[in-house]
Amino acid sequence: MTDISMPPALRVPVMARLILALTAGLALMLGAAAAFAQSSGPLRIEITEGVIEPMPFAVPAFVAENSAGQQFSDQLSRVIAANLSNTGLFREIPASAHIARITSFDAPVQYSDWRAINAQALITGAVSVQGNRMSVKFRLFDIVSGRQMGDGLQFQGSTDAWRRMAHKVSDAVYSRITGEGGYFDSRVVFVAESGPRENRVKRLAVMDQDGANVEYLTDGRALVIAPRFSPTGDRILYTSYETGTPRIYLMDMGNMRRQVVGDQPGTMTFAPRFSPDGGSMVYSLSVGGTTDLFRLNLSNGQRTQLTNAPSIATAPSFSPDGNRVVFESDRSGTSQLYVMPANGGEARRISFGQGRYGTPVWSPRGDLIAFTKSHQGRFHIGVMRSDGSEERLLTASFLDEGPTWAPNGRVIMFTRETAGGDPALWSVDISGRNLRRIPTPGPASDPAWSPLRQ
Amino acid sequence: MNLTTKVLMVVAALALAACNNPRGGSGQWDDANGFGPGAGGIQSGALGDPNDPSSIAHFQQRVGDRVFFDTDASTLNDTARQTLAGQARWLSSNPQYTILVEGHADERGTREYNVALGARRANAAMQYLVSQGISANRIRTVSYGKERPVEACPEPRCWNQNRRAVTVVSTGLAG
Repeated sequence: MTDISMPPALRVPVMARLILALTAGLALMLGAAAAFAQSSGPLRIEITEGVIEPMPFAVPAFVAENSAGQQFSDQLSRVIAANLSNTGLFREIPASAHIARITSFDAPVQYSDWRAINAQALITGAVSVQGNRMSVKFRLFDIVSGRQMGDGLQFQGSTDAWRRMAHKVSDAVYSRITGEGGYFDSRVVFVAESGPRENRVKRLAVMDQDGANVEYLTDGRALVIAPRFSPTGDRILYTSYETGTPRIYLMDMGNMRRQVVGDQPGTMTFAPRFSPDGGSMVYSLSVGGTTDLFRLNLSNGQRTQLTNAPSIATAPSFSPDGNRVVFESDRSGTSQLYVMPANGGEARRISFGQGRYGTPVWSPRGDLIAFTKSHQGRFHIGVMRSDGSEERLLTASFLDEGPTWAPNGRVIMFTRETAGGDPALWSVDISGRNLRRIPTPGPASDPAWSPLRQ
Repeated sequence: MNLTTKVLMVVAALALAACNNPRGGSGQWDDANGFGPGAGGIQSGALGDPNDPSSIAHFQQRVGDRVFFDTDASTLNDTARQTLAGQARWLSSNPQYTILVEGHADERGTREYNVALGARRANAAMQYLVSQGISANRIRTVSYGKERPVEACPEPRCWNQNRRAVTVVSTGLAG
């Protein structure tokens, strides 16, 4: 749906002040990591609590270039403003404070008017609609240096996908300013919960990363847990108790058809996750009280046993290059994290802090592993480097668990349950900043982030 | 009586058991077999009279259908062994029944690990029953992880009740 009307934007140099707020957030993350890198000896664990000044920006209503476009002019700018503000890196200057009015997409920007209200970035846009097709254009301006930042871009698609176009604009703006990949045009598959805790109804559901456009994928008759997206977002793996025994299902998101995969009579199978090429999955298989890891080639059904120990091995996750698998095992007596070659072999323990570690997930960038940690009655989401060094806890609560990475590897979503309360989805960035609740129609758990949509 | 009728009877019996049991009982068959919550409305006498030693009600209330575990453990304590020994005696006397041993975990762990932990607990209970002479062919196991607590409070007294293995009796369906 995306047509880029002009050559890919070149990142243009920006003045120091613009860089400041932007990179302050990233510098904080990297700075924190660097600080830990310098310390040797015993692990040092700390919950990061950095605070930065978000960059002020303005995004006036998009200019409607024809009458049919009018209904979207404000909606588009609202979604973009929400996306950017929700990162914690940006702060919107509301339209009520604007001096200048953007009435033409191509009229010169009056930088002084935007400087007067302390805007550092300005996003202008235009929208036109023909039938059920729409065209959205935008430009990004560096107000401090008084110049356009990169070329304008144009997106075309169906009016049904208007939010996606706002997400595409947001991703482009975010990428240009931060130098990071975007993550707004992505979805989250999760478990929607209802009913009493003792007899919970759980349905698979999928939504946009900001909580919009919720769709239900199962009807709630069978208990389902822990869905996972394929690397291209076209399929999901999940575990269902449909037959009374936990088994893994593969669902095609296009036609909603599904099939059982990896089933072996007399066993329980669960905790599936795709390989980075989407061609196979790793998962847990329990038999006789022992839980080991297996790998299944999804096209030819070939099965490989990856672990063989009289203990629990579960929650496997591939490295993005597909060469290694991180998983959780209690072979040492308590749950800890281990890394092994993707076809099995010797596993190396990487977690050595106090407490129990579980649900490791490799960042799509490959640099970090996110995990759940429980210690002294509290649960945390944390990150460590893939060799186990530089552990940092990002959250703490009664029950935080099950991290999933945004496509850019900068934000983590997870399940949080308060004592006696319902579970909900929350997100936090990898510096530990910007802890936010993600809106869902009801109680929700087990989020899994999709890749960036194409 | 055909198989479907038998299944319905068991579902009704378990639903009734859930109503009678102040601890909430075990209602998993509803979801497992795709029946909606409405199945509980079926009236049935299949549960039986607890004074009838061969009734499911007797098994649940007098013999004891569940054993409990310490945090993150699957070791059977003395009380659990006594309960399971009683279950084994009852199963020996009532060979028409098969059982499903459900392993459960409390909420203080991650979802995947708790499925594996529940499997370990169910297996520990099963192995003990086998050691007491019950044929493994009569026993199936399943783990519900932390998905089906019987007590909802966020406190140790509830978690203690949720770390359990429950023996669910049925008539010849384990196959």
